[in-house]
Amino acid sequence: MTNNSSLIQVENLHISLEDSTELVKGIDFAMGRERVALVGESGSGKSLTARSLMGLLPASLHVQANRFELLGEAVLAYSQRQWLQLRGKQVSMVLQDPKYALNPSQNIGRQVEEPLVLHQSLAKKTRVEKVEHMLDAVGLPNPAKLRKLYPHQLSGGMGQRVMLAIALINDPQFLIADEPTSALDHAVRDQVLELIASLVEERNMGLLLISHDLQQVADYCERVLVMYQGQLIDQLPASQLSNATHPYTQTLWSCRPNIDKRGQTLPVLDRGALATLTEGAAK
Amino acid sequence: MSVLELKDVSISHVQGLEKNTVVHDVNVSIKAGECFGLVGPSGCGKSTLLWVLAGLNPHWSGGIRLLDQPLTPGKVFSGELRRRVQMVFQDPYASLHPKHRLRRALSEPLKLLGYQDIDDRLSEGFKLVGLSENMIDRYPHQLSGGQRQRVAIIRALLLEPKLLLLDEPTSALDMSVQAEILNLLNELKAKRDLTMIMVSHDPEVVDYMCDHAVTMKAGRIDKETFYD
Amino acid sequence: MINSRLQKDPLEKSTKRIASGLHLPHWLNTFNVGLVMVVVLLGLALLAPLLSPFDPNLQNIQDRLLAPDAQHWFGTDRFGRDLFSRVLYGARPTLILVSLVVILTVPIGLIVGICAGYFGGWTERVLMRMTDIVMSLPSLVIALALVSILGPGLMNGALALAFTSWPSFARQARTETLSIRRSDYLSAAKMQGVTGWRLIVGHILPLVLPSAIVRAALNLGGIILAAAGLGFLGMGIQPPTAEWGSMVSSGSRVIFDQWWVAAVPGFAILFASLAFNLLGDGLRDKMDPRHDK
Repeated sequence: MTNNSSLIQVENLHISLEDSTELVKGIDFAMGRERVALVGESGSGKSLTARSLMGLLPASLHVQANRFELLGEAVLAYSQRQWLQLRGKQVSMVLQDPKYALNPSQNIGRQVEEPLVLHQSLAKKTRVEKVEHMLDAVGLPNPAKLRKLYPHQLSGGMGQRVMLAIALINDPQFLIADEPTSALDHAVRDQVLELIASLVEERNMGLLLISHDLQQVADYCERVLVMYQGQLIDQLPASQLSNATHPYTQTLWSCRPNIDKRGQTLPVLDRGALATLTEGAAK
Repeated sequence: MSVLELKDVSISHVQGLEKNTVVHDVNVSIKAGECFGLVGPSGCGKSTLLWVLAGLNPHWSGGIRLLDQPLTPGKVFSGELRRRVQMVFQDPYASLHPKHRLRRALSEPLKLLGYQDIDDRLSEGFKLVGLSENMIDRYPHQLSGGQRQRVAIIRALLLEPKLLLLDEPTSALDMSVQAEILNLLNELKAKRDLTMIMVSHDPEVVDYMCDHAVTMKAGRIDKETFYD
Repeated sequence: MINSRLQKDPLEKSTKRIASGLHLPHWLNTFNVGLVMVVVLLGLALLAPLLSPFDPNLQNIQDRLLAPDAQHWFGTDRFGRDLFSRVLYGARPTLILVSLVVILTVPIGLIVGICAGYFGGWTERVLMRMTDIVMSLPSLVIALALVSILGPGLMNGALALAFTSWPSFARQARTETLSIRRSDYLSAAKMQGVTGWRLIVGHILPLVLPSAIVRAALNLGGIILAAAGLGFLGMGIQPPTAEWGSMVSSGSRVIFDQWWVAAVPGFAILFASLAFNLLGDGLRDKMDPRHDK
């Protein structure tokens, strides 16, 4: 770990439904001011884990953990009011699809400004300046004009940049990005990931990047956590991915098609073997 | 022998008095047994073109020859042509009727065509795509995304199409499931002598899958590639 | 999203807290209460001949306008007829009329709405303008006019009420059809050769029907009130047949001295209307995901 001050410490995290079906089955991880990818298939519990870190799980889910610390605070018992203080200020989140995540009836300027209004008391003029500065920082052209636009006037990539501006405007210490590019065009994906990684680096923040595309996020993260069916089955530095030993990680790493694989069968998961493997690990 | 020939095809949306042309003068010829790719960013007109070829959008102009049959703008597909062109949609969560069990969804078109051996054909279909047959009485919401996309592929193949249209068939799926579906499509192409047209925004998928591809930009063909 | 989450989450939590604070048992919900009330209503109507102590139409001038007592539980009216028996029998025409209205309005509304939404263009314009016109008519007034043309009676009352209550079903069905018209699964069905009525009945109807049923249940309360209104004005079922609306009307002449004559059928109307409203509300909670907690 590059930084000793730990941002997140989770030990034995369980998330279960009311009928006690376990969706996340006791995972441990810790991270500091670094870029970490949380990778897995849909249903692996990766989004639930991230949402639990934002206090955003629906009330019907039960969260249990031996240790659940965010920025050194035990947040498991936090009330909604305490979460409100934390979210958008110390930790924030970028979601999958800007089409649904942005409010269609408010202009961009107002939505980017809102976290400032909620968490800081600044003069209107300072706020506008900050908003324009932030929009500029996420690579959007002509911020003064952009402030007046509405979400439907933006492309998906621009929308995601706006989401990022909203998430970062209060200079949080930690950012969670939940599949931030899967609603975007292929060509734009790398640009957005590049932007997220560089902004996080610049501001010395922690980043938890959630994705199902291991190859794509590997370039932008230092460390990778791999989840499968509610368990954390592998963690390794991104640079070691090509030598991964776990069969699941290997498959995720190599299943992306490309021109060199023409005519070959793509590697797929042997789910039967994987089931015995994970059961063995659980015991 | 070409399965599909497009000559100066343009497609417009008519909104009130405004006519908005989204695809301009497309010329392309697709051979039998080919996997043809349509690549481009969202809004480039690739899906619009696919929906015309699927017979779901009759507002086009120019000349289309599909399976040796000239098409007329404004007319819907019928009879033989209708069953020989089938499509797999982008979002497997939206392409299966939420209140129909798989058995009903898959057997209805066969009943309409007057087949007797429907159960045999269904079980053959399930085997073909590698799904367990005891799923047949489930509803779509009881399946995972990859399973649904397999069901959508069975549905298309049951009508024995000559041309299979694929509208971003894997973009809503996990990377690992995408690999499974792409493998399946390649296998089917070899087994069934299918011609496929695949729309994708991911150039790598097209590079991997296709024998012939065009890149579209703002409604026009920007680049045509032949893979060897 | 971040902001809306901020606002939404505490709300969810707080409703949960209130619900658990009251300690309502799991089975005690709107749907079940409504269902029990409707079943009681149907049971009383069906078993009226067994349950009623007197012939509802038997006049006995000596016993007129008696206050409730052990013999006449709800008292008697100005012809000396037993009010308890009349209220029980009165449930029958009300329920028949209400079911007739539902049988007439739901299919008409669904056909008009689905056709308008599915075909679009001129079909839609003509059908929806018709719907708008009927919707803009004051329903009870038009029902009265129709009854006065057709003549009073159960069937005509139902026709008159049905005529003004189908448009809301049509509008709802049209909106829902519009929202699924371009869905992938309908396109897929069309590509598979499923067209025309087979598509409408087999594919669109199952998706539009649940909310129409919910709306019907919610509307029933209003229809009961309207039916009672017709009866009150003498445009419903004709005397001497027991009917709640006309019973209230005849009771209203003596309301200051013998309040129970009007209050008893009035309470019956309240009970029936409330029963269907609760049932409808409960159905909506159960079937409509948009009202999910």
